[in-house]
Amino acid sequence: MPEGSEDRSIAASVSRRAVLGAGAGSVAALLAGCGSPVATGLFGAAPPTHNLTYWNLFTGGDGDNMVKMETAYRRAHRDVQVDATVLTWGTPYYTKLSLATSGGAPPDVAVVHLSRLDTLTKAGLLSAMPTDELSAAGLPSDKFTPAALRKATIDGAVHAVPLDTHPFVMFYNVEVCRKAGLLDASGKLKPLNGPQELTAALRAAQRVTGQYGGVTTVTNDPSTNWRFFATFYYQLGGTVLADSGTRITLDDDKAVKALTFMQSLTRSGLLPKSVDAGGTTSLFSTGKAGFLFDGEWQIPTYRDTPVKFDVVPVPHVFGPKLVAFADSHALVIPRNSAMNPERRAIAMEFIKSLLDSSAIWAEGGHIPAWLPVRDSADFEKLRPQANYVAAATAAEYDPPGWYSGAGSQFENIVGAAVATSQTTSQSPAGAVRAMRSGLQPYASAIPPVG
Amino acid sequence: MATTIIDDGVSTSAATVTGRRAGPRDEHRAGWLLSIPFLVLYLIFLVGPAVYGIVMSFFNATTVRPGLGKSVGFDNYRSILTSSDFWSSMGHTVWFTVLTTPPLVILALVLALLAERVHRGKALVRFIFFAPFVLPVTSVTLIFLWLYAPEIGLIPHWFETVGLTPPNLLGETKWAFLSVAALTVWWTIGFNFVLFLAGLQEVPRDVYEAAAIDGASPLRTLTGIVLPLLRPTVVLVTMLQILASMQIFNQMYLMTAGGPGTSTRPVMEFIYDTGFSDYRAGYAAAATMVYFAIVLVVSVVWFLLRRQSNKEVGA
Repeated sequence: MPEGSEDRSIAASVSRRAVLGAGAGSVAALLAGCGSPVATGLFGAAPPTHNLTYWNLFTGGDGDNMVKMETAYRRAHRDVQVDATVLTWGTPYYTKLSLATSGGAPPDVAVVHLSRLDTLTKAGLLSAMPTDELSAAGLPSDKFTPAALRKATIDGAVHAVPLDTHPFVMFYNVEVCRKAGLLDASGKLKPLNGPQELTAALRAAQRVTGQYGGVTTVTNDPSTNWRFFATFYYQLGGTVLADSGTRITLDDDKAVKALTFMQSLTRSGLLPKSVDAGGTTSLFSTGKAGFLFDGEWQIPTYRDTPVKFDVVPVPHVFGPKLVAFADSHALVIPRNSAMNPERRAIAMEFIKSLLDSSAIWAEGGHIPAWLPVRDSADFEKLRPQANYVAAATAAEYDPPGWYSGAGSQFENIVGAAVATSQTTSQSPAGAVRAMRSGLQPYASAIPPVG
Repeated sequence: MATTIIDDGVSTSAATVTGRRAGPRDEHRAGWLLSIPFLVLYLIFLVGPAVYGIVMSFFNATTVRPGLGKSVGFDNYRSILTSSDFWSSMGHTVWFTVLTTPPLVILALVLALLAERVHRGKALVRFIFFAPFVLPVTSVTLIFLWLYAPEIGLIPHWFETVGLTPPNLLGETKWAFLSVAALTVWWTIGFNFVLFLAGLQEVPRDVYEAAAIDGASPLRTLTGIVLPLLRPTVVLVTMLQILASMQIFNQMYLMTAGGPGTSTRPVMEFIYDTGFSDYRAGYAAAATMVYFAIVLVVSVVWFLLRRQSNKEVGA
C-alpha cells in the first residue's frame, strides 16, 4: 500500500472520530448542563455531576440502617451519585480494602473497625485528617466520644471519624429477673458488683428459669469468647500485646484469675459449657437463661422475639472502675493519589451527613460517637441504648498489633484458648499457656507493617 | 494443554525426525521468530513473576508496600518449615486429594466405558456428563451451598427422609471435607471422562473383533484388552487429577472459607491468607516455594511413570 493513501485514510478516520466525539460531547454537555431543559425534562432535576464510592460491611439490621442514612444524604445532595458497595464482613473485607488501596483504586470513603485502624494506618493505606480540615467540615474533635477519638488517633493524627462505640454488654430477661428479685422498685436491674454478686444473681436467675442462669456463646465463636474474657481481664488491668504486637504482655496471674471466675460459671452449670450462636439465641429468647453476655448489636435479633429484655454494661466484677470491651465503626478516606480537594470535600461532607444521621444508626444498638446526637433528647429516650452509654466512655479495644483487630487471627487464637477453659476441657492456666504459644509465632515474626 | 495430554511421545519424535530431514537452517529461525510472541508473554507473565517470587521469599516483603523490604535470609523458610499451621494446611490438601482422586479416576472410567457402549444418543450422554465442568466455580458453590444448607437443604432433607439425623455438612470438619469432595467430583468428573473417552477411541476396532471371534466374554475383553491398552491414559488422568486436587482453593474457600476455624484450610488458602490478608508477601512467597517443591516432586513421579508406561506400550 502506498504511504500517501494510508496517511489520508488515517487522517479521515481521525477527523470522523473527532467530529463524532465532539458531537457526543456537546450532547452530553447539553444533557449535563444545569438547568438545561432537556435534562430537567428527562430527569426532573439536574443529573448528578459528581460521584462518590463508599464501601461498607453492613448487612442485616445495620445494613438497612446504613441504607437509610445513605438515602438521607442522597436526598440532600442530588448532585452527588453515591455508589455504595457492601462487602463480606471480616477479613475478606479488609483484604479487599487493602489491595484496592495499594493497587490505586480505593473507594472514596470506607468503613473500618477502629481495632483494625492501627494496622491499616501503619501500612500507609489511609490518609490522615488534619484537625482544621475536620473542623472546617463541621466535625470538631471535641464533639466525639473521647475513648473512640483516642483510638482513631495514631501518632498524633486523626485517621478515622468514629461513627459509634459498640460494647460487649449484658442483656437480662426482665420477667426472670423480677421473679428472682433482682430488680429495684423502678423495674431496673439492681447494680451488681464483684464476682460474688454476679454469681448470686446468675444463681437466682437459674432458680427461676430452671435451666441456666445466663448464656454466652462458646462453640465456633472465638470472637465472643475473646470479648467475654477481655471484659474481665481488662477490668483487672491486664494487657495482651505491646509494640504493634511484637511483644506479648499477657499477665498470667490476672488472666488465670479472669478465666477461673469465668470457668466457675460454666463448671457450676450457671452458664452452658458448650453452646453455639444459634443455641445462645434460642436459650435467651425462650427464657431458658436469664442473662446474656453478647454485643449490643444483638439487640435487633431479640427485638423480633417475644422475650422482654433490657441491656446494661457488663457488671463491674473486678477492679476499681468500670471497663467495657468495645469496638467502634469509623469512616476513613483511603490514600488515593487521584483524590482532588473537591472530591475530598464531597467525601468529608458525606461523612458529616452519616454522623448527623447517627440517630438511625443507634437503632441497631450502637452508641453514637457523634456527641450532638448522643447527647440529644431523642437519644436519651432511646431504650435500652441509653442505659449503657457509660460503656462507651469506659471502652477498651483489641490491643494494637498487625494480626489483631475485629475478626483477626489474634481473636481466633485467644478466643479458641478461652473456649477450651469454658468447656472445662482445659484448666485456666493451661488456656493461658495455649494463648501464649498461639500468639508466639506472630509476635516473633517480623511485622509486615509498622 | 489438550495437545500435550493426548501426545503420547511417539508421534512427536517422528515429527521432529521428518522436520530435521527437510528443514534447512532458516526454518529453525522461522520457528523461533514465530515463537517470539509466546516467549515474550511467557517471560513477562510466568517466568518473571516466578523469579520475583523466589527473590521475594528471602525478604520481609509487604503486600501493600512497593519494594522488597529488609533481607531476612532463610528466616522465612525456617519459620514455614516449622509452622504447624502450614503443615496442617498441607495435610488438609493431601486429605482432599486422597478423597477426590479415586472417585474422579474410577468413576470417570466407569462412566466412559458405559458411554462408549451406548449406540444411540452418544453425543447426548457425553454432553450430560461433561456439562457440569463448564460451570463457573461460583455457580457450582452456590448450588451446593443451597443443597447442603441445614434445615432447608435437599441433602439434609434426604437424611431426614431415611430417618437419620442430618450432620452439619459444612460446619463439621470431617463432613466439610466430604461435602466439598462430593461437589468436586460432580463438577470436574466430565474432564477425566472426556480423556478416557478419547483413550477408548484409540483402541483399534479390530482388536475387539479379534477378541469377539476368539469368544472372549465382555469382562475378559475389558480386563485383557481394553484396560491394558488404556494404561497410559489411566496414568495420565491419575497424575493430572492428583495435581489438580493438590491445587484446591476455590471450592474450599467459597464453601467453608477454611472453617470451622482453620480445620479445612488448604495450603493454597494458607498462602492467600498470609500473603494478602496478613500482608506478609515474603513469608507467603516462601510458603509457595515449599509447596512448589512438593508439587514438583509429584510431577517428576508422573513424568517417570508416564515414560515407563509409554515404553511398555511401545514395546
